[in-house]
Amino acid sequence: MADYTIKVRRFQPESDEGPYWEEFNVDLDPSLSVLDGLLQAKDRDDGSLAVRCSCRAAICGSCGMKINGQSGLGCKTQIGEAQEQADKMKAATGVSAAAADSPIRGEGADAGSAGNPIVIEPMGNMPVIKDLITDMESTHWTKIRRVTPWLLPHGEPPEREYIVEPESMIDITQSMACIQCGACVSSCLSMEADPGFIGPAALAKAYRFVGDPRDAETHERLHDLADDPHGIYDCTHCFSCIDACPKGVAPMDQIMRLRRKAGEEGIEDPNSGHDHEIAFVKIIEKKGTLDESLLLQESFAPGVKGKLKPSKRAIREMLGSIPTAIRGIKTGKMRSLHKLIPGVHPKLPDQDDVKAIYAHAEEHNEEFNLYIKGEEGELAEDDVEKGIERSTAPAGQEADK
Amino acid sequence: MSVGIISKVHPVRSHSNAAQGGINAALNPGDSWESHAFDTIKGSDYLGDQDAVEIMTREAPEEILHLEHLGVTFHRNEEGKLGTRAFGGASAARTYYVADITGQAIMHVLYEQLMKYSEQIARYEEWFCSSLAIDENGECCGVVTRNVADGRMELFQAKSVILCTGGNGMVWKPSTNALICTGDGIAMAYRAGAKLMDMEMIQYHPTTLAGKGFLITEGARGEGAHLLNAKGERFMEKYAPNKMELASRDVVSRAEQTEINEGRGFPDGTVALDITVVPKKRVHEALREIVLVGRDFAGVDITREPIHIKPGNHYTMGGVKTDVDGRTDIPGLYSAGETACVSVHGGNRLGANSLLDTLIFGKRSGRDAAARAKRIDYSRASKQVLEDEENLVADIIGREKGSGRRISEIKLELGQTMDAKVAVFRDEAGITEALETVRRLKEEAKTAYIDDHGSVFNQDLIAAIELGYMLDNAECTCVAALERKESRGAQYRTDFPERNDTDWLKHIDLERTDDGPEISYSEVTITQWEPQERTY
Repeated sequence: MADYTIKVRRFQPESDEGPYWEEFNVDLDPSLSVLDGLLQAKDRDDGSLAVRCSCRAAICGSCGMKINGQSGLGCKTQIGEAQEQADKMKAATGVSAAAADSPIRGEGADAGSAGNPIVIEPMGNMPVIKDLITDMESTHWTKIRRVTPWLLPHGEPPEREYIVEPESMIDITQSMACIQCGACVSSCLSMEADPGFIGPAALAKAYRFVGDPRDAETHERLHDLADDPHGIYDCTHCFSCIDACPKGVAPMDQIMRLRRKAGEEGIEDPNSGHDHEIAFVKIIEKKGTLDESLLLQESFAPGVKGKLKPSKRAIREMLGSIPTAIRGIKTGKMRSLHKLIPGVHPKLPDQDDVKAIYAHAEEHNEEFNLYIKGEEGELAEDDVEKGIERSTAPAGQEADK
Repeated sequence: MSVGIISKVHPVRSHSNAAQGGINAALNPGDSWESHAFDTIKGSDYLGDQDAVEIMTREAPEEILHLEHLGVTFHRNEEGKLGTRAFGGASAARTYYVADITGQAIMHVLYEQLMKYSEQIARYEEWFCSSLAIDENGECCGVVTRNVADGRMELFQAKSVILCTGGNGMVWKPSTNALICTGDGIAMAYRAGAKLMDMEMIQYHPTTLAGKGFLITEGARGEGAHLLNAKGERFMEKYAPNKMELASRDVVSRAEQTEINEGRGFPDGTVALDITVVPKKRVHEALREIVLVGRDFAGVDITREPIHIKPGNHYTMGGVKTDVDGRTDIPGLYSAGETACVSVHGGNRLGANSLLDTLIFGKRSGRDAAARAKRIDYSRASKQVLEDEENLVADIIGREKGSGRRISEIKLELGQTMDAKVAVFRDEAGITEALETVRRLKEEAKTAYIDDHGSVFNQDLIAAIELGYMLDNAECTCVAALERKESRGAQYRTDFPERNDTDWLKHIDLERTDDGPEISYSEVTITQWEPQERTY
């Protein structure tokens, strides 16, 4: 057992007060959860402390909240770890997590004389109803319904089951694992800038249908999500949702997979992301390292054909990139200026390893998926030929880096 | 036809999420509904009604295919067809699954369908039901509800009402159940005069985490995991030499508890579940959730070391007595799933039969409820019932702070008492003590006070009403457990250690009176499987 101070951002809608901070002292085993701490405070001190919760085992998705500024589930965050994190944040910044993230003036800065309080707030990007309870209907669920979240097969169902690739079911089980807790929505930076963004949870849900071989509207779904200005190209690739997701759904990865599928459907990516990705892959295949002098032109005007007959858009984008390039040079972000001259960038001497990686990737032409590969890709270790180093990042992220 | 779904939490938060392992159906060539039925009946220790079991097992394959067509991402075998895994008490591998999130996957797909048909089906998400409305003919004509978001109380008129509120696990502490499993439907039906049945039959699941009560799916043993005592012995050899770890849950839980009681457990009162014998790739593919539960809630990497487990409260076999179409004793009132007792589970439910029970009898209840709604006219529900509930709420909110005990204290005492006295092993003295405690707590609950006096998300008030439900459930379980003077399924009486078919091959029914539950009996329906000795 240990003593903790939890500092909760409270809001009681029936009082005249605005939001305020309140500290509770709780006493529990470090291996118990932040939710257990909140429930102890509720049981012992104040039954009006409102928090949605049910299963206590990270399966019902009720207790999404921010803990020390990080979105996640209260039941899945051990209180001992939350304390360590609060201490670390204080040590790093000199201010407690409360003060750093606090939109409320007052108490934040002088908090935590004995140990730093664990700071608990309602989820972001959603209106707050009471204490830690947010209005998920007007945000999260409305966005979920936006993606036509049900299977659309064509024709009558077969007499027995649909026969599908076993791996395809395991593949979409990663997005099926979503419990609709809203932690990713809470953490989404794009949604902060554009509240209309369909967002990580709903787009992960969309992949669950796009990736489902039983669904017959893949093409329509992809066009729908690509044409919407708040759709798949509105994600800024910040990884916040991957960090926040308590179930390993990796919503951003699902968005990137939607983008790739859209690219394969010939849908034009307003960010040229798909062409950029292909340019990356081709340049490294050729040279073993990234030749930045080629990257821009290959992304916008790929191949000989692209350069002989550049599209209007390619010209516009290339010209539009010039100020960025100049800023890059001025601020020192681009340093090896001579390498910007096409052809100057050297090839890596030994291309065999690079070729081996490409051969391996082609041979194992499948998505890296948590459910297939295991966490940190450890299950795939045996498959990987000697000499090829694998990143230890969670498997789902790898394909997108 | 107008259909509404009322749920005290958002529907996807419901506890069917927690059904990890899968759903049974005899769908493979070579398997048969008779085999599934026999396993279920044997598992029930012959207390299951065989006509109901027959219906459930016959309709199971069609239900699996229906779910598959709706979009459930069931595991496939190498040919791309539905694949199965082994489960406890089953003579064939007939459990269909989605990794170890089967319940979650099914429930979320069903919610997808609710969104698809939102024009036909109204959803009242986060509305709490506090009592049933019964008209002058004794028929159910609606429910009294409270909109959790703003505290508004409303009487919903209905021609048919189906109670699907899950079980009563919160009566025990610890429990694998979610905090919402407070026996609401069972208590509401009981208070309205419906009979309850088999209330003594409470399942203790063999593999739960000590202290916290989290569930480790039976699928782990289905995939080949072993149970070991502190000496490293695979002790199931002694108790169930043929089925070993995959004997029925009551058998495995008793074996574990015996090992623990006789000093062969670990100091923390547990035995070990060894999943390291299952190939790693298979663990990650099929037991992913358990990897996370081990890591996040026990600090154990289950792919590398055994995890400590013990039997823990898990499932309510008993409940509101219904027929095979979900009809209770009260016309217009239906019940399905864990709330109901058809009974298909009798004295002990087989793993992966709970989702099936819910789906099959949920569907059948829905059909019959719809037929009734087409047949009859609305009966005007008396506003009195709404006023009564409003008065009750005003009474609870009006109690002075410090005038009695806190709700949380009473809940804790209830949970600990039930787990100590009405669990895997029971005897007259223990159950009597528990019953006395429950009755004292019922008195104390009348003056228990709450802190929240508001209308918006007053969870304190709801907890007070739920406590009342829990106490009614607890009282009924104690009375039935005391009454059944034999050992059958989950009811193991150390003072009556044998099954006694001569006197006790019957259901115990309970009906509410002002002096507590009144006991009566009903026959067990036997079709083609005569009771025999039960070994695994």
